[in-house]
Amino acid sequence: MDFSFTEEQSMLRDTVASFLQDKYDFETRRAIVKSEAGWRPDYWKAFAEELGILGAPFSEELGGLGGGATENMVVMEEFGKALVVEPYLGTVVIGGGFLKHSGYAGAADLIGGIVAGEATFAFAYAEPQGRYTWSDLKTTAKKDGSGWVLDGHKAVVVGAPWASHLIVTARTGGGQRDEGGVSVFVVDKNAKGVVTRDYPTVDGARASEVFFENVSVGADALIGAEGAGLPLVQKVIDEATAAVCAEAVGTLRKLHEGTLEYTKQRKQFGQPIANFQVLQHRMVDMFIQVEQSVSMTYMATIKLGESDDERAKAISAAKVQVGRACKFVGQNAIQLHGGMGMTDEMAIGHYFKRATIIEGLFGSVDHHLRRYEGLSFGAAA
Amino acid sequence: MNLDFSPEDLAFRDEARRFIAENYPANLRDKQLSEDALSKDDYLAWHKILAKKGWVAPGWPKEWGGPGWTPTQKYIWSEEQARADTIPILPFGINMVSPVIYTFGTQAQKERFLKPTYNGDIWWCQGYSEPGSGSDLASLRTRAVREGDYYIVNGQKTWTTLGQFADWGFFLVRTDPDAKPQSGISFLLIDMKTPGITVRPIITLGGEHEVNDVFLDNVKVPVENRIFEENQGWTAAKFLLAHERSGIAGVARSKRGIERVRKMATTERADDNGPLLADPFFKRKVAELEIDLTALEYTELRTLAGEAAGKGPGPESSLLKIKGTEIQQRVQELALEAAGHYGAPYFRGFPTDGDNAHPIGPEYAHDTAPTYFNGRKTSIYGGSNEIQRNIIAKMVLGL
Repeated sequence: MDFSFTEEQSMLRDTVASFLQDKYDFETRRAIVKSEAGWRPDYWKAFAEELGILGAPFSEELGGLGGGATENMVVMEEFGKALVVEPYLGTVVIGGGFLKHSGYAGAADLIGGIVAGEATFAFAYAEPQGRYTWSDLKTTAKKDGSGWVLDGHKAVVVGAPWASHLIVTARTGGGQRDEGGVSVFVVDKNAKGVVTRDYPTVDGARASEVFFENVSVGADALIGAEGAGLPLVQKVIDEATAAVCAEAVGTLRKLHEGTLEYTKQRKQFGQPIANFQVLQHRMVDMFIQVEQSVSMTYMATIKLGESDDERAKAISAAKVQVGRACKFVGQNAIQLHGGMGMTDEMAIGHYFKRATIIEGLFGSVDHHLRRYEGLSFGAAA
Repeated sequence: MNLDFSPEDLAFRDEARRFIAENYPANLRDKQLSEDALSKDDYLAWHKILAKKGWVAPGWPKEWGGPGWTPTQKYIWSEEQARADTIPILPFGINMVSPVIYTFGTQAQKERFLKPTYNGDIWWCQGYSEPGSGSDLASLRTRAVREGDYYIVNGQKTWTTLGQFADWGFFLVRTDPDAKPQSGISFLLIDMKTPGITVRPIITLGGEHEVNDVFLDNVKVPVENRIFEENQGWTAAKFLLAHERSGIAGVARSKRGIERVRKMATTERADDNGPLLADPFFKRKVAELEIDLTALEYTELRTLAGEAAGKGPGPESSLLKIKGTEIQQRVQELALEAAGHYGAPYFRGFPTDGDNAHPIGPEYAHDTAPTYFNGRKTSIYGGSNEIQRNIIAKMVLGL
């Protein structure tokens, strides 16, 4: 058994960590989140050019570092520690994932754009009525000559205000929730008829409601097979879920470490509050939750290449563990910080907010428990 | 055992319900629905209506304007207010400092402060917590030195709720630094307009300006504004904290919260496209919460019956605080969970109106995340839940 990283992976981790240490301390992050743009395009450029991390999971022929899911995991964990808002998940993991797995003709060009820091992606998959059922789509794509016309409304598209491209799921056939009839498109965000309403999110990112109003796209906008896109969507969402688990691991580690530090220096009744056994046991339970989440994230990342069912089961198991850890570790970090944990001034609350959003991202604990049960016990469950 | 309300109590309930329906201001309800920040006048509007009716201070003795209700009537009244989602009457003046004043104050102090407080003409804030003191309240360091007819006060208070609006504050200050921590404390009423007082906002997790730092720099306070003997303030402090804890269970508000979650969950769809409320996982959590809340409700009723029979609220009230706040937090968790994707957008400080063509999610989702984040305070304030467990361990279980 070997859970250690290759030399390249360790280097990648060190490179990202040292950049973030220098340039993404909490006060800088606060300024980024509050700025009008809400992100740092110059940092994005640096990710591409100085660090080369936007090519981490892509093959060398495509200009990447020749890595895969493990590289995404390494980057995302570091991003989780610094609460990075820049759209690695949407662009590299999700946008890149769709392009890599779909056999899309224009993939090489677009991946080249991602690696160079020129193309940024947001994933328009959720709809107001759909919750965590990715096939529940009212958005339609209708054939129009050789191209398509898109109509619909996508909910809470994270990173859309910064995106040059949108990956859009739309129905090209079948009923609203059918598994068949789902297709995936790549759409230029500046295309005529793409209307966005932008807003901040509670965890410091930016998102949009995206409305497609008679948006005409060419035949080359279709990614993957017409009407058979759902397995591809599920695969990429599973990869994104693994990446988000890794981000959570970084965030959880900071929540735990921050709490240990705080309780050691915070005195009450004449002694550091870390001396109280009830708090010690709580911090031990937090520690256990963090470690279990690390293990599950490794497990899920390793199993991304397995069969669809194996992969799905591993991902859902990991997300259940991580989702629960986000709640337990996050809530207790605030509780053990006392009133200070309630202030916007301290970083700890911002880690808690991100952890809270991750808890529900790509499916709640209930959603993944149900998916796991279905795979583990069959239809009888 | 008879848990039914008497016919008189039922009649009172109907009267209370009718009064709220006929008198609760519509513009306040609109503001609450649209989650606008409440102004000082908004907070006071309902207070003043109730003061006029004679119902603003159910706990006060009749002599100072209390309605003379039984504990059951007080309970019914708080239920009815929660049921109608009225803005709660702020506790600082009515439930906290006034009982101290009418119990321990001089006649002059009673005459000066009680009536204006009752009428909503004095807005009080609390000067208890200090940076670094937290649940160890007796470690407070704000210093008051006597000079003739004045105390000169220096120090810093924190978590001063809605102190930005306050006319007066009630402060715990150290008057004898050499005595044991609890012995050298005095209880002062301080005019917030006195030179040397600075109030600075603290923005909390949910993005609200609800609490403040209060800095006291050579603030001159007349000795006549001290309640109780010098260095005996801890007695008043403890008395006040006991009052703070009563009613902290928030049963009626949690009931309303669960109702709201149920309503959200009939609109939201589950994985199988049925209503979320029919989803076995979600349903189970709501059911468990309701059962826990029922247990808490009957525990509160038993405490209430004890009070009606003349037993004061004892350390058992810590149980109400622990369970009450845990349940409130679980209600908030479920609401955020029910909101799904639309729990993420952040609405404070950016326009929600004016673009009706492109709305951002259902209105019921807008406040779920800030409410959840802000709600984490309830297990921390008023003596953290860890401290409440210590109290039960020591005072109830004798450990």
